[in-house]
Amino acid sequence: MNNRVVITGLGVAAPNGVGIGNFTHAIKNGISGIRFFPELQELRFSCCIGGIPLVPEDLKQQYLSPLQLKNFNSSGILYGCMAGMDAWKDAGLPVNEYSNTDWDSGTVFGTGSSSVEKLRESFYKIDTGQVKALGSSAVPQTMASGISAYLSGILGLGNLVTTNSSACCTGTEAILMGFERIQSGKAKRMLTGGCSDAGPYIWGGFDAMKVMTYKHNTTPEKASRPMSATASGFVPGSGAGALLLESLSSATARGAKIYGEILGGAMNAGGQRGSGTMTAPNSEAVQRCIKQAVANAAIHADEIDLVNGHLTATTKDAEEINNWCVALNRKGNDFPYIHALKAMTGHCLGAAGAIESVAALLGLHEGFIFPSINCEDVHPDITALINTEKIPQKFIETNTLQVIAKASFGFGDVNSCIIFKKYNG
Amino acid sequence: MTTEALLEKLKGIVKPYVKSEAGFMNMTEDSDFLNDLKINSANLVDVILDIENEFDIVIDNDSMEKMLNVKAALDIIRTKLSIK
Repeated sequence: MNNRVVITGLGVAAPNGVGIGNFTHAIKNGISGIRFFPELQELRFSCCIGGIPLVPEDLKQQYLSPLQLKNFNSSGILYGCMAGMDAWKDAGLPVNEYSNTDWDSGTVFGTGSSSVEKLRESFYKIDTGQVKALGSSAVPQTMASGISAYLSGILGLGNLVTTNSSACCTGTEAILMGFERIQSGKAKRMLTGGCSDAGPYIWGGFDAMKVMTYKHNTTPEKASRPMSATASGFVPGSGAGALLLESLSSATARGAKIYGEILGGAMNAGGQRGSGTMTAPNSEAVQRCIKQAVANAAIHADEIDLVNGHLTATTKDAEEINNWCVALNRKGNDFPYIHALKAMTGHCLGAAGAIESVAALLGLHEGFIFPSINCEDVHPDITALINTEKIPQKFIETNTLQVIAKASFGFGDVNSCIIFKKYNG
Repeated sequence: MTTEALLEKLKGIVKPYVKSEAGFMNMTEDSDFLNDLKINSANLVDVILDIENEFDIVIDNDSMEKMLNVKAALDIIRTKLSIK
């Protein structure tokens, strides 16, 4: 008998809101976190805007000790620690340096690349013959598993402690990997999520590929336009999202608050065959992934009320919606609501799926659908598939929201899809 | 520089790494970095880097290996300062 898995804690450091309270306010009100960065212009980026969580020094010090912050140069690990610790505390669990090891709790906390700023700093030292000056701080920050190692040490986690990486699928994949670990009885609690560094060294490669928009450097808040006819590429983001997953029996025994339940999900890849390449999705694989998630959740596709899409604001948005239509066998007026958080946060890469899942659970728990901003001009290829009213332009308060499908797709032709359900006892 | 003055400077350097408040309060020439001050052994290389920067000296690998306690650290700092 599989264990049921619920979400009992949430944490987030997003470009449009740091902390669950600020983030909830931002997504309800359609507030963008995209800003212009002169540094990017000086570095001759085509896209000089992005999404970076605002973390003042005093806030940083509430999460990491002076020793941890000494020679610290990793925005992704910072955001990940903030979101992860917040989710843990939100679940009513203690943060205590002197606690015993918690053998029943682990973490799968992903990242696309780890600590590019710290790597850069290290490379410069090595290349100038100063390898000794790396001290002890380079390895823990630049190892791929840096974020899970930091969180494990802060929280005393004694179950599986690992970092996954699957490009823009990372956050969603982490949640599903943690879900499976609890479902199979190998852990009671798994801290899951994803984080991504901010800034030019993580975003540069995407700028060079011309997949980021360069048309909105003077109108940053209008720049990220998923599903819009005037979408012209994604806006880079950064940050972290975290979900504390827990077996239903552990959560109810503790009397924990329950944000929602994970009914199931699926992960697959297109093998870069057919329409799939390193950077483009194999649509057949996407459709299979969504269908498998629905089947794994043991629901009917008609039960899905809302799709929290991947929807990055590139030319692939219409193709994604077509894949949803085919996989769910729903279109036009029969299609569920669909929205894109990236319109407000930009594309937070390895953190995207996790931040977007936090937004999904807040809506499920509180009963609202956040507005999908910047698509007042829905792309005609999309209106040919679904009724435009299915894309909420304004905040919707609702007490009928029961099932959300959340998907992420990534470079390498990888896919993941989760089915969340409101917890009704 | 007097031993007291050197010790005070060293105290300022090791403070961020110290995990035992009591050990730090009672830090003397006889204190051991790992056992008394409870400094994480991985941080010893950081302590040495900070000493190098503070005194503008270079500490070689052989000297580094010996710097496990306050007395050894002070001896090595004195030696390096004298040949500057």
